[in-house]
Amino acid sequence: MLTELKPPVETATPVPVAIAPEADPATGTSGVAETAPESDNAAAAGYAGVDLASPRRGPTRDWRGPLRSGVLALLSLAIGVTLWHFASVNKLSYGINFAYVPPPADVLEATMANLADPIFFVHIGVSMQRVFISFILAAGLGVLTGLLMGRSSAAWAMIAPYIEIMRPIPAVAWIPLAILMWPTEESSIVFITFLGAFFPIVLNTVHGVRQTPEVLVRAVQSLGANRVAVFRHVVLPAALPSISAGLAIGMGVAWFSLLAGEIISGQYGIGYFTWDAYSMVRTPDIVLGMLTIGMLGTLSTAAVRLATAPFLVWQTRAR
Amino acid sequence: MRDLPEPIRPGTPRDSGGKGAIDIDGVSIVFGHGDAAHTAVETTSLRVEPGEFVCILGPSGCGKSTLLNAVAGYVTPHTGEVRVDDTPVRKPGPDRGMVFQQYSLLPWKTVRDNVAFGPLMAGASPTEAGAVANTFLNMVGLKKFGSRYPTELSGGMQQRVGIARALANYPSVLLMDEPFGALDAQTRLVMQENLLEIWRKFGITVMFVTHDVDEAVFLADRVLIMSAAPGRIIEDIRPALPRPRSTDMVALPPYIAARQQCHEVIRAESRRAFAEQNL
Repeated sequence: MLTELKPPVETATPVPVAIAPEADPATGTSGVAETAPESDNAAAAGYAGVDLASPRRGPTRDWRGPLRSGVLALLSLAIGVTLWHFASVNKLSYGINFAYVPPPADVLEATMANLADPIFFVHIGVSMQRVFISFILAAGLGVLTGLLMGRSSAAWAMIAPYIEIMRPIPAVAWIPLAILMWPTEESSIVFITFLGAFFPIVLNTVHGVRQTPEVLVRAVQSLGANRVAVFRHVVLPAALPSISAGLAIGMGVAWFSLLAGEIISGQYGIGYFTWDAYSMVRTPDIVLGMLTIGMLGTLSTAAVRLATAPFLVWQTRAR
Repeated sequence: MRDLPEPIRPGTPRDSGGKGAIDIDGVSIVFGHGDAAHTAVETTSLRVEPGEFVCILGPSGCGKSTLLNAVAGYVTPHTGEVRVDDTPVRKPGPDRGMVFQQYSLLPWKTVRDNVAFGPLMAGASPTEAGAVANTFLNMVGLKKFGSRYPTELSGGMQQRVGIARALANYPSVLLMDEPFGALDAQTRLVMQENLLEIWRKFGITVMFVTHDVDEAVFLADRVLIMSAAPGRIIEDIRPALPRPRSTDMVALPPYIAARQQCHEVIRAESRRAFAEQNL
């Protein structure tokens, strides 16, 4: 399927590829966002919002359109796999060395073997649990912090410097200190994963809050809304599209950070599985690990989208 | 929930009950401080009688919206005081319904929920609020559109929802800031007639800001002409058109006379301002 090819953090919605609130002159945001999102390294590809699944012109109503695209996609994939096969069985080596790249058949075989092995699912389960815990913490704290920063200039002034300093530090760079700081390996991995997800969520929430249209605030005030009601019925819903984009990006970055943590420490997790396969020269498992990581990332980002979609019905209805 | 007046029966004019008097008492409005201070509205006093339809007419930037915002409670006067029914205005409130130029409906709420918002804030149960919303949507001819989202409606329909939403609070005063300014000419005419009909049913005081002379003359009991820099009221014209009004009255002599008078005042004022700029 084509969707599996998408980078796990892609932002399908043309929403404010929002991570950088300062980019919006209207909000007058200063500080925080001066560093470009590239500093979030691997996830950067996702920020570009490149959506491989949907061509620009939009889908044709005609069923032949999708069918044709589907056939082309399968054909293209088949060609890719074939090229991969020949490159690896012939141990092609011109600059890039395919000698140690397992052919597709070996990967398939390894997949079958691992699917029959409960330990493979333990790896997946452990990773998913880590991401889940970290993401829930990051979403809760991130949205809360973002709302505070967006509504209170005092909160902004106090919190922004920390974010400014910490955000450009890649999660991987936290690993040595995190291991020293946290009592268990597990908690240090969760911490690193949390950090990865936290910043995009905060920044997008702040961005969302700051773009609340003033006329709507005035309108509900004249209808008798107090501060709490203004927040609940105007500020929060206005920020939701941006928050939801932040959550999706945060989920992508969480996987990235998790993998970094798992590769360096731990005995379980899909990152550990991949790295262990490298150490033990089980090359088909490396590729299987990679594909699994990609799939998990895509699925969890889709889950975030699905979870936030009911709150955004109003956005899609009019189009 | 506060006591609501009896349901509106279409066609039965309702007495304002003496509610909805606006007193603008020595109000001046200044933005900024020190050297950057800018007088948006010069000391102005004005009384609007209950049930009166007043248009504030003036060019962009003359401070007419600012004056309206002071009545709404969004802007605090530098000097003086605004009172509505002898209560000083301190902040926005549901006794003064507000209709904006455009895009002021909550896009994440359905049309019905937008209209039901005021009654909900006043303490009505969701069922009661929904029923009130339906009544008012029916009045503006949009009952069928209650479950739509605002962006699914045309500009004119959205403004009708905006009016229904403001009225659902049973305000004593309706404040309208160029509500039809973004609509096309045909829609605007229909909306003006609708508004007059609603106004007649409710007996509500209306303060209506516009830069369109024809709109002001057609709608108003009183046309207050404002001039820019600093903003002040320079003329108070009362078109002698009978009511109820309809669009074919634009050919009547009193309409033409009032229109002419407005244009003359505006022209004289523009000449004066122009001459001043060239000094």
